[in-house]
Amino acid sequence: MMVEPNQLVQHLETFVDTNRSSSQQDDSLKAIASSLENDSLSITQLVREMEMYLTTTDNLVRARGILLLAEILDCLKAKPLNDTIVHTLVGFFSEKLADWRAMCGALVGCLALLKRKDVAGVVTDIDVQAMAKSMIQNVQVQALALHERKLAFELLECLLQQHSEAILTMGDLLVYAMCEAIDGEKDPQCLMIVFHLVELLAPLFPSPSGPLASDASDLFEVIGCYFPLHFTHTKDDEANIRREDLSRGLLLAISSTPFFEPYAIPLLLEKLSSSLPVAKVDSLKCLKDCALKYGVDRMKKHYGALWSALKDTFYSSTGTHLSFAIESLTSPGFEMNEIHRDAVSLLQRLVKQDISFLGFVVDDTRINTVFDTIYRYPQYKEMPDPSKLEVLVISQILSVSAKASVQSCNIIFEAIFFRLMNTLGIVEKTSTGDVVQNGNSTVSTRLYHGGLHLCIELLAASKDLILGFEECSPTSGCANSGCSMVKSFSVPLIQVFTSAVCRSNDDSVVDVYLGVKGLLTMGMFRGGSSPVSRTEFENILVTLTSIITAKSGKTVVWELALKALVCIGSFIDRYHESDKAMSYMSIVVDNLVSLACSSHCGLPYQMILEATSEVCSTGPKYVEKMVQGLEEAFCSSLSDFYVNGNFESIDNCSQLLKCLTNKLLPRVAEIDGLEQLLVHFAISMWKQIEFCGVFSCDFNGREFVEAAMTTMRQVVGIALVDSQNSIIQKAYSVVSSCTLPAMESIPLTFVALEGLQRDLSSRDELILSLFASVIIAASPSASIPDAKSLIHLLLVTLLKGYIPAAQALGSMVNKLGSGSGGTNTSRDCSLEEACAIIFHADFASGKKISSNGSAKIIVGSETTMSKICLGYCGSLDLQTRAITGLAWIGKGLLMRGNERVNEIALVLVECLKSNNCSGHALHPSAMKHAADAFSIIMSDSEVCLNRKFHAVIRPLYKQRCFSTIVPILESLIMNSQTSLSRTMLHVALAHVISNVPVTVILDNTKKLQPLILEGLSVLSLDSVEKETLFSLLLVLSGTLTDTKGQQSASDNAHIIIECLIKLTSYPHLMVVRETSIQCLVALLELPHRRIYPFRREVLQAIEKSLDDPKRKVREEAIRCRQAWASITSGSNIF
Amino acid sequence: MVSGLINENPIIYPKKERRLRTDTSITDELTPEPIDQLEIFDHIRDIKDPEHPNTLEDLRVVTEDSVEVDDENSYVRVTFTPTVEHCSMATVIGLCVRVKLLRSLPSRYKIDIRVAPGSHATEDALNKQLNDKERVAAALENPNLVEMVDECLPSEE
Repeated sequence: MMVEPNQLVQHLETFVDTNRSSSQQDDSLKAIASSLENDSLSITQLVREMEMYLTTTDNLVRARGILLLAEILDCLKAKPLNDTIVHTLVGFFSEKLADWRAMCGALVGCLALLKRKDVAGVVTDIDVQAMAKSMIQNVQVQALALHERKLAFELLECLLQQHSEAILTMGDLLVYAMCEAIDGEKDPQCLMIVFHLVELLAPLFPSPSGPLASDASDLFEVIGCYFPLHFTHTKDDEANIRREDLSRGLLLAISSTPFFEPYAIPLLLEKLSSSLPVAKVDSLKCLKDCALKYGVDRMKKHYGALWSALKDTFYSSTGTHLSFAIESLTSPGFEMNEIHRDAVSLLQRLVKQDISFLGFVVDDTRINTVFDTIYRYPQYKEMPDPSKLEVLVISQILSVSAKASVQSCNIIFEAIFFRLMNTLGIVEKTSTGDVVQNGNSTVSTRLYHGGLHLCIELLAASKDLILGFEECSPTSGCANSGCSMVKSFSVPLIQVFTSAVCRSNDDSVVDVYLGVKGLLTMGMFRGGSSPVSRTEFENILVTLTSIITAKSGKTVVWELALKALVCIGSFIDRYHESDKAMSYMSIVVDNLVSLACSSHCGLPYQMILEATSEVCSTGPKYVEKMVQGLEEAFCSSLSDFYVNGNFESIDNCSQLLKCLTNKLLPRVAEIDGLEQLLVHFAISMWKQIEFCGVFSCDFNGREFVEAAMTTMRQVVGIALVDSQNSIIQKAYSVVSSCTLPAMESIPLTFVALEGLQRDLSSRDELILSLFASVIIAASPSASIPDAKSLIHLLLVTLLKGYIPAAQALGSMVNKLGSGSGGTNTSRDCSLEEACAIIFHADFASGKKISSNGSAKIIVGSETTMSKICLGYCGSLDLQTRAITGLAWIGKGLLMRGNERVNEIALVLVECLKSNNCSGHALHPSAMKHAADAFSIIMSDSEVCLNRKFHAVIRPLYKQRCFSTIVPILESLIMNSQTSLSRTMLHVALAHVISNVPVTVILDNTKKLQPLILEGLSVLSLDSVEKETLFSLLLVLSGTLTDTKGQQSASDNAHIIIECLIKLTSYPHLMVVRETSIQCLVALLELPHRRIYPFRREVLQAIEKSLDDPKRKVREEAIRCRQAWASITSGSNIF
Repeated sequence: MVSGLINENPIIYPKKERRLRTDTSITDELTPEPIDQLEIFDHIRDIKDPEHPNTLEDLRVVTEDSVEVDDENSYVRVTFTPTVEHCSMATVIGLCVRVKLLRSLPSRYKIDIRVAPGSHATEDALNKQLNDKERVAAALENPNLVEMVDECLPSEE
């Protein structure tokens, strides 16, 4: 685009004219910039054309003109310009810095020039100096407006950041100018830059005789006054600056140069003693930074003051509550606030940086007095609060200092460990000055809680130090005399802790807690340099394990010990301590697993299982051991039950399976190889059941069967397809070897089914249930052998009333033929064939169905199942079972989107009619089953046909069912003749409506609301339907709170209110009353003229609810009454 | 009312932690939960003092123990303690408590409101005034008074 000269003038005029809109001005700026970019206009041309604007005496026009040129340059940062042009431009803008009316443009121009890219021609050092000089001489930053101030700071920042060498020569002048510019700045955005400026300035003049050193006091005075930063704006500011950003910036500025030290440290120490928490936190953080930057030499003279301030901070930020709960076994046991944490990290930094600081710590008098305190009050709870505080703070300070470095650890151990041991009674000085280690006898006499706490803290510090040490350099051994000190006392220490654990008087919780915590700490020293030898480590494990296995029941000790063992186990696993792992395996794991196998110890089996599963889940090897152990235990318990009829064994089996399902299965993703182990377990279950051929007794171990089914389902659910196949194979072979196949041979005839007097034996029932579980959880790609006869078998058993069989059948029709690639599916049976077996298996009943007027009735009604459902033949039991079975099959079909579900739905609907094709109404119980079948079809099941069990789920399947079923039910309700059929139709409708997503309801509120209301009043007549009623009421309340729903509610206000008022006194379910009152409140959103007429009625009804037997209802009633009473102003409710 | 506050600097007591009901385990549909002391106290504890932004509970004008209730005989008595003896706001406080309970309790209840013995200069007159049906009804006809009472009652949500 070539810019004609007059066009250019137009653009220029537009930009300069302040009456134009800013978007127009932007457009002309862009136009000029782009013509420069594509070289249709040269910069010289432009400047020549603009001469008048740049030099005019009209201040406004000149300012705009200069700004335009500056903005153009800003757009052209990457465009090559030759050096003379750049030089000229720098000269021009630098000069214009003196023109305060055109300041903004001049600053933008300078910034644009300074930020030019290397390749495009940059400003020379001489130019920079000229610009900086002009800036310093002419610009009074603090006299400028906010925007210009920000630009000026950015310019300074750019100078310091990118052209530091050039301006270095300006020395004193620069520092002085900086102080002047910064002094008194208040805007947060500018301050962010200001702090950065100081941070950039500091490293330029490191020399102690340089300009910064001499002006440090002035500069610090300017920035020090912001400390501690007070900033309360919330983040909805446009710049989005937070207090943390500002405070971080200030900290960096303060710690930027050691020359600030004489001014900064006293200020920080003073602020540390303030009572304002923010000031404390900021001071601690800043002191930490300063310690690092200022260096040891400069910090040294402040050590005394620092130590006392730090100590006071520790005292004031620590509480006296020491927790002895199980959760604090792996933590310090008291609450740490932010101040405390920052104090810890400052202390650690100081000690790490300079070991001489430790002198102040170790020589502190309070450290000497703490031993007296410990000695005076053996029991923690007897200590007065100041003493508690003392013990906690000193322990904390010592352990933090010890953790700082190996050297500090050694010094602290040398200084106090011996005294500590003495206080605890582990060593004694004889009169000759020799040190004697005490024997067991005296150790057990007295425990000093404070001392134990201090000791544990120190041990933990030493342990953490070794851990951190070996993590960074695993090969180097550590010359740790603290460690060797621990080593020499490790035996008596472990004895003390053990004796504490074994205390068993009433108030021994603290003893036991400290004992276990001590043992735990001793058990977690790492690696070759560990001060705890292998035998000692094993002693610890033996002690803890013996607590678990002792016949003491579930006590605090037991739980603490278990937690400690789990901690040690995960520690071993995390650091790959192979030696310790072996000890752990042989002492802890083997013991517990064998205990789980034997099942004849004093402990309740539940506790053994809990301990075993907790301990074993710390490492994959242990898990393997445990699953094997459980497998063995399962097999032996089951056979014990079968052979000896021992009922306790079968209970153990159930518990074992539950433990497996609840504890191990959820972790299958974390633990490698667990899946394989579990599959093996499942196969063993089948084998064991196969072996137990005959029963010595009848058992109705429902609990066991349930547990076994859950486990089987879950295991198959998580297993890979190949493993699933092997489980299915095994299961199939068991099934075909038992008496179940005999069932297959039963022809599906009415007579045969009726005549089947014998129920399944309990063994067959177990096998069938387990097999059904396998089928339920199998993935679509798993192959099921001999599917046709299995379907037959399941069909027969479902008609005998086994719900799992029905669920398995539903799962089968859901998954058949839809496996990935179709390669591995049950080749011998397609979905079509399966359906053919289920629906069309012919029936040689003696009774011939009269094909009178109802011959043309519904599709599918000619099939066997539907005939049974409709009661053409067979007993009532058979009928209800068939209906339920059909529901599960229908659910499977619906979820995969198969059309046949419609046939099933029609059969079920037919069952609900008062006058169906069989010419008479069904038995009420059968009708009820048919109505509830819709709940089975529509609701989500935990047990089968869900994602976990690999069901095939088409999206929106519920919506699809909803849209086909609701119109049918609606028309039937209109025409129904008996009240029973009407009620049942409403139950069915309620199931469908309450299981469909809310959005679907909201799209159809107008049509549905009258139906729902009618349903509510019909269902409220019978207490049996209370749950259904409640879910329907929830749907109604959902529609009332939505705008779409409110529209139709407004039309139906009369009936809605009438219906809700009736429900406020529904006697059978409290939540119904509560929700209906809430709905009444929601109705107040409707237009005033619609609800006002009902005011009296509602208030009367609510008056009764004020006296409801349930408190929650009364509360809602008060709220509702108040809300309704206040819809007319000025009138009173009395 | 042009004059200054009657009690310019009342003592504000720490709030008692709301006692959770221990019998929440009643899940049985049919077991009734009778109206009890705590329930009544819950109704009146959040009423605002007419001249301070604090609640009656904050100022210990009412406490849980000052409520007596007999659900079977439909009787409730609230004894409140004005912060100062000559408090002219005592009538308003009493009226607020009465109105709140009238709105919250079923109509079978007889509500008796009293000032604690010895806590007010004109104790007898006050008790008489607060429990006189006609005088209460007349008070509630007065729009200014009703407005004042409504301001003190905690708004629902």
